[in-house]
Amino acid sequence: MGGTATTTMNLTLHVWRQKDGNDKGCLEQYDAKDISPDMSFLEMLDVVNEDLIKQGIEPIVFDHDCREGICGMCSQMINGIAHGPDELITACQLHMRKFKDGDSIFIEPWRARAFPVLKDLMVDRGALDRIIQSYGYTSAKTGGVPDGNAIPVGKQNADLAMDAAACIGCGACVASCPNASAMLFVSAKIGHLGMLPQGEVEAARRVRAMVAQMDAEGFGNCTNHYECEANCPKGIKATFISRMNRELIKTIPCPPREAKAGA
Amino acid sequence: MILNGNCPTGPITQKWDKHRQEMKLVNPANKRKFKVLVVGTGLAGGAAAATLGELGYNVEAFCYQDSARRAHSIAAQGGINAAKNYPNDGDSIFRLFYDTVKGGDFRAREADVYRLATVSNNIIDQCVAQGVPFARDYAGYLDNRSFGGAQVSRTFYARGQTGQQLLIGAYQALSRQVKAGSVKLKTRREMLDLVVVDGEAKGITCRNLVTGEIESFWGDAVVLCTGGYVNVFYLSTNAMGCSVTAGWKAAKKGAFFANPCYTQIHPTCIPQSGDHQSKLTLMSESLRNDGRCWAPKKKEDCNKKPGDIAEEDRDYYLERKYPSFGNLAPRDIASRAAKEQCDDGRGVGPGARGVYLDFAASINRLGEDKIRERYGNLFDMYEKITDENAYKVPMRIYPAPHYSMGGLWVDYNCMSNIPGLFVLGEANFSVHGANRLGASALMQGLADGYFVIPYTIANYLARITPGKITTDHPEFKASAEAAKGNLDRLLNVNGKKSVSEFHRELGKIMWENVGMARSDASLKDALKRIPELRDEFWNNVKVTGSGSEVNQQLENAWRVADFLEFSELMTRDALHREESCGGHFRVEHQTEDGEAMRNDADFCYAAAWEFKGVDKAPELHKEPLTFENVELAVRSYK
Repeated sequence: MGGTATTTMNLTLHVWRQKDGNDKGCLEQYDAKDISPDMSFLEMLDVVNEDLIKQGIEPIVFDHDCREGICGMCSQMINGIAHGPDELITACQLHMRKFKDGDSIFIEPWRARAFPVLKDLMVDRGALDRIIQSYGYTSAKTGGVPDGNAIPVGKQNADLAMDAAACIGCGACVASCPNASAMLFVSAKIGHLGMLPQGEVEAARRVRAMVAQMDAEGFGNCTNHYECEANCPKGIKATFISRMNRELIKTIPCPPREAKAGA
Repeated sequence: MILNGNCPTGPITQKWDKHRQEMKLVNPANKRKFKVLVVGTGLAGGAAAATLGELGYNVEAFCYQDSARRAHSIAAQGGINAAKNYPNDGDSIFRLFYDTVKGGDFRAREADVYRLATVSNNIIDQCVAQGVPFARDYAGYLDNRSFGGAQVSRTFYARGQTGQQLLIGAYQALSRQVKAGSVKLKTRREMLDLVVVDGEAKGITCRNLVTGEIESFWGDAVVLCTGGYVNVFYLSTNAMGCSVTAGWKAAKKGAFFANPCYTQIHPTCIPQSGDHQSKLTLMSESLRNDGRCWAPKKKEDCNKKPGDIAEEDRDYYLERKYPSFGNLAPRDIASRAAKEQCDDGRGVGPGARGVYLDFAASINRLGEDKIRERYGNLFDMYEKITDENAYKVPMRIYPAPHYSMGGLWVDYNCMSNIPGLFVLGEANFSVHGANRLGASALMQGLADGYFVIPYTIANYLARITPGKITTDHPEFKASAEAAKGNLDRLLNVNGKKSVSEFHRELGKIMWENVGMARSDASLKDALKRIPELRDEFWNNVKVTGSGSEVNQQLENAWRVADFLEFSELMTRDALHREESCGGHFRVEHQTEDGEAMRNDADFCYAAAWEFKGVDKAPELHKEPLTFENVELAVRSYK
């Protein structure tokens, strides 16, 4: 039966508190008492916040919305790991049964130059939106498109495109990367659209535009740590990065063979 | 007042074509002179903003999340319906139309539903062109699955993430317009008021959720795509930020709120595990394609392990009660049947509020790999939450609030009774009647956004002068001051109870009294307790922090304050509707075997309520529903 464990836990939290973008910020210590192992991590924070409100202390600000692991809103480094110690989930799906009584937990926001902190654990991920705006789409207009079955799409490609499209845009890849690189995020979109005939038409223009925007936003480069893949809540593979690099190289024109120096 | 839905005349198959011929157009060169505000960036809002921007209008799009990609449409799992008839199993536009009208228990507007069924096919084509990776077969063609309330396979899907993929499609189309400069995105903004000038919608008042600033925005039309209100029950499958605020503020400015008592309680959600719980998680209805619902026949078996209960001691209650639809009975019916088992003392799991959804037979027939391919992510999610492996033991499920069929009243053009105020998707009341069938919400959101509003908004805009009223108008200042006054009032109560304590209490009142079974007595009890709780809220709520910064407590406070008003309207509507239909079940009105009993003679209308003041009774306006193409029949899935 569910709800196996009946004993509750007491934990010590070290939470990043920062009033706004200009504040320096620091870790504050709070007690989390009588925490049920069936609670989600965010429900544990709800309990702590209710306690802080009672004490007249401003509750901890954190982004969250769907609480079922799909909206990509939650964004917490838990004990130094994006979305915490469990695999293939976001913080809202992390459950307290992964911790034990007496544990200390460190909770920090995503750390990246391109993701400025707005308050406490809340950051600005507008950079990811701007990358999609640069060319993360097909240019199909509404109406005037062919029947959905007019262009067959091989099952293998459709499945691979879906693997890439599963990205929730949370930014865990960036937060996990020692270089704060957004290569996994960008390559997932390039892989998703590039593997479908509907998106392949614009593949070259897309990869150039999106990589340029990624660089302009101040994300670092990829040096093959694979922390992004290890911490991606949707299991997106770093092979998409290789695929993106290949697509990018294809767009660089070869130098003319007989170019002369000084010509 | 008798309301007119403004449906075109003529045969139902030709109404939309005829209407498109008759509506006014805005010349391409003039479109950029008009500004349209789109509130919400889910399927309806994202699609509408992208399409209107593409047509050349100046669009400003608003969402409370940090990105337009995160609206709660993203959480829809199972699929989207369309009448493509690719499987050659007898589907047609008329059949989709008929199933939807019947599924809604004959309480929807016929013409709107027919239009929805007609454009459903365009939606699939559009999404494919955007790169939505729908499931495909080895020949490369689109795959379909079945959903509740239908005997054909018409549901298109992208693993268990269909809503996410459709929303990303709309978000990418929207992003393309942002780059083109036709759409300006305003994220982390929440609408706090509708600005009405001389009876027409002319703008909105928002709070910037980062700086706390109260901001005014003018538009020649306002399009609300702000979703549903089932967070009124506190625990629901909705996202934490979903609220009735935008719709309710519009209602307070004169927009009629229609059928608020029609709420959908989804049958397959993970049961509540304790009081700490902040939300309930849905398990897609598509699971009922391969899962069988059962409860123990004997009460003494309820605490046994499910594997220890003999086959003959299991009651496959849906298959027993509804042999022709079996486990794919519609949501309202499946939910009530689950409640019936638990009320009979045969529920399982914590609090005995649960029934089994068992995959053993399908795993035996198809193999575990096939089940994993179809529903792997759902099984994973179930395990993360419950710590149970549903490949080995049956899932436990229980109904939870999921969707609101009611919403702001709109005519055939998706325009409310306030000219210039359009309402799309879940936020309006139009097509699902008293119960929504699975895989129809995504269909409606995208139909309204991509294929309805682009036509009907022109018909309104062509009659007005663009940019005539801007934020200089005194109404904007008055609205901003009122919004600010309201926030200050919340911050200054400085009481003892937190916002979420009030929300939980309201949710409890609503779930117990206005939930799956409603009686005259329970509704009257709610009508007594809601105003008391509201009164206590305004005297004893504690909201920390200030108004000039990120303040999530303040955000929750105004949402709960609006729920405390809206819940009363919802209860009144439920009390006035002396019949059972779809998701609205009045215990006084049921057949001998416990099925809903409609009263077509007295209640075949949409109830549109006009706000008259917080402590005053609202005024009821009726829009009679006429059915020319389907016969009003007893809805049977037996």
